[in-house]
Amino acid sequence: MTTITTASRIPIDGPVETPWKLPYRGTIGMACLIIAESAIFIIFVVAYIYYIGKSLSGPTPTQVLELPIFGTICLLSSSIFVHLSVSALRKENYRASTLHLGITVLLGTIFLATTAREWYHLIHDEGLTIKTNLFGTTYYSLVGLHATHVVIGLIMLSLVLGFSLAGKVKEEHSEKLEVLSLYWHFVDAVWVVVFLVVYVLGR
Amino acid sequence: MTTTPVLEAIDETLETQGRPPLNVIYEWLTTVDHKKIGLMYIVYALIFLVIGGFEAILMRIQLAIPNNHFVSPQVFNQLFTMHGTTMVFFMGMPILFGMGNYLVPLMIGARDMAFPRLNAFSFWVSAFAGLLLYYSYIGGSGLYAAGSAPDVGWFAYAPLTSKVFSPGHSTDYWTLAVFLSGIGSIGTALNIVTTILCMRCKGMKMSRMPLLPWLYLVMSGLVFVAVSPLTAAQVMLTLDRYLGAHFFDTQAGGSAILWMHFFWIFGHPEVYVLVLPAFAFANEIIPVFSRKAMFGYPAMVAASVSIGFISLSVWAHHMFTAGLGPAGNTFFVFATMVISVPTGIKIFNWLATIWGGKIIFAVPMMFMVAFLFQFLIAGLTGIMLSAAPFNWQLSASYFVVAHFHYVLVGAIVFSLFSAFYYWYPKVTGKMMDETLGKWHFWLFLIGFHLTFDFMHVPGILGMPRRIYTYEAGRGWDTLNFIVGVGAIFQAIGTLILVYNMIHSYYKGKQAGHDPWDAWTLEWSVPSPPPSYNFAIEPTVSSRRPLWDLKHPEDPDSDYES
Repeated sequence: MTTITTASRIPIDGPVETPWKLPYRGTIGMACLIIAESAIFIIFVVAYIYYIGKSLSGPTPTQVLELPIFGTICLLSSSIFVHLSVSALRKENYRASTLHLGITVLLGTIFLATTAREWYHLIHDEGLTIKTNLFGTTYYSLVGLHATHVVIGLIMLSLVLGFSLAGKVKEEHSEKLEVLSLYWHFVDAVWVVVFLVVYVLGR
Repeated sequence: MTTTPVLEAIDETLETQGRPPLNVIYEWLTTVDHKKIGLMYIVYALIFLVIGGFEAILMRIQLAIPNNHFVSPQVFNQLFTMHGTTMVFFMGMPILFGMGNYLVPLMIGARDMAFPRLNAFSFWVSAFAGLLLYYSYIGGSGLYAAGSAPDVGWFAYAPLTSKVFSPGHSTDYWTLAVFLSGIGSIGTALNIVTTILCMRCKGMKMSRMPLLPWLYLVMSGLVFVAVSPLTAAQVMLTLDRYLGAHFFDTQAGGSAILWMHFFWIFGHPEVYVLVLPAFAFANEIIPVFSRKAMFGYPAMVAASVSIGFISLSVWAHHMFTAGLGPAGNTFFVFATMVISVPTGIKIFNWLATIWGGKIIFAVPMMFMVAFLFQFLIAGLTGIMLSAAPFNWQLSASYFVVAHFHYVLVGAIVFSLFSAFYYWYPKVTGKMMDETLGKWHFWLFLIGFHLTFDFMHVPGILGMPRRIYTYEAGRGWDTLNFIVGVGAIFQAIGTLILVYNMIHSYYKGKQAGHDPWDAWTLEWSVPSPPPSYNFAIEPTVSSRRPLWDLKHPEDPDSDYES
């Protein structure tokens, strides 16, 4: 081992004023993803609002849309349960964590089922498709984009639920579950916007 | 200070010489190392640079003399579409992401990016997108046997992109390629932000971070809010084309203007996505070759962040001729003019850095000086174009083409070439040939000015962009010929660069750790850096850790608060 005087000698363990703690990369990564996804949703929401009342033919939102109160309650309360699951995991209360995770998945699935029923009603009974008019175009793409995110979230939550039932999810994984819960909260928050735009403002 | 083991002594990197080629290929295909991915990004972008440059040469041959029929009108439309799309999405973005991938972890003292596998995914998705775009030359005819490469222009205005006007699959190849490239860009941007926020070495507070990571942080933040809208718009266009949706279908009440808004909400911040890394290189290179610390570090950071924000509110200056109304025009004229304030701050800071310095005119610095001049001129024509009445006169003319090529080539490509000469020794361990470098510089500089200085004039004389050919006797002939001659100079210059890079790899002088006597952490590790970068996590106590090391009697940390 030689000593050299060039810059290849870098100081190690020098004095650092404060304890060196940087944010968890999962959280930051998810925050970035949420920013990028928000931008995508904003574009779809802008298109929706821009085209309200511009359809050249029917059916119009007032004629065919009904407030999806039940689905909304299910989805929003699932956010609470995923939060409870994370905090239970942090307290090493594994049974409660698994139970709350299960309820989250169940509520998310119910929400998806209500959307499916609504779409069935619109396509089958009202004859509204993405081709029909601008309302159909913007409605199916915005609600469909959100539903896609719900599906992705449900797949990931179900994976965790599977591991959790197998007893593989421990306290040290709580940070990761929290990252997933951030995504789920985001999907819920987007639904609030979609709900207000499509079912309140657009009707 | 404790005695630190020399890095070579503990470096156990596998010797790459003498391994079977299949092993080497397998290693590159499966790598998650940020340096290898960075290099693949750069090589892939350089291939597209040559392809896109070749397309430009073909267009200049077509326009060199009046009434020319060197290529057919159809091919000409494809050439300008492919040239623009290639240069922005498959040359500009990947090469800057490649440089960022390579440099950011090294400069902040990290061993890799925050998400190495996401990094590999982003690269391969972008690479696939590029291949998909060029596959359209073979597969674009599709079932309807119409069209081959996309020919809708790089911003693909509606309703030209609808099924009626663009039958066949060429536009679909464009849409999908841009969509996938967007996914790759967002992935890499996410990675860069997370790396910078979560992986800095001990002591490197945000206020001590070199400016290159700072600017990449701003650039990546812009990618989230700029590239995502484009991705969303591509989804809408695909829905229109495949499922019969009506987003941009004017027959069913859809709006062509909406596409313009969505495209330029991406398109203008994209310019800053491309130019911020160019600023980043300038921030690292100019101080080293002026032998002075960067002037006004906090002002530089603040200017970069404000450029990021303001650039989000200027997009409609691309749309003055679409008719925004007085209020819209006023707002976007004002916002566009305001953005020249932070850019002006940057120029003054670079000049102040050079001022009184002991300037070394090595090839990187020569490119940087040219960058400063040309970026200034590009900015000045930008201010001219930001005035709505002037813009009405010159929109979609060659003046606009000359203006944005001044930014993209005169500023970004010059800065990029400078960065090549500057960091090549770090990447390969060999110095690039100075004589060839000077030939490259002067030829490219002359070619650049022949092409893009003279291109302004036919624009003012009324020559519209994207025209296939023109009549003699309008005063455009000589000018277009000179523009074409300049393109040849630039091509020769670029070929010299490529030759120099290959030649120097085998024959270049050994570079050692720190050939430029620089100050940031990447110069503290061997060249090329070992796969783990830093054997021991470094600790820094100022913005220029290597200065502190070389001058323990007068460290920077004494002056920084």
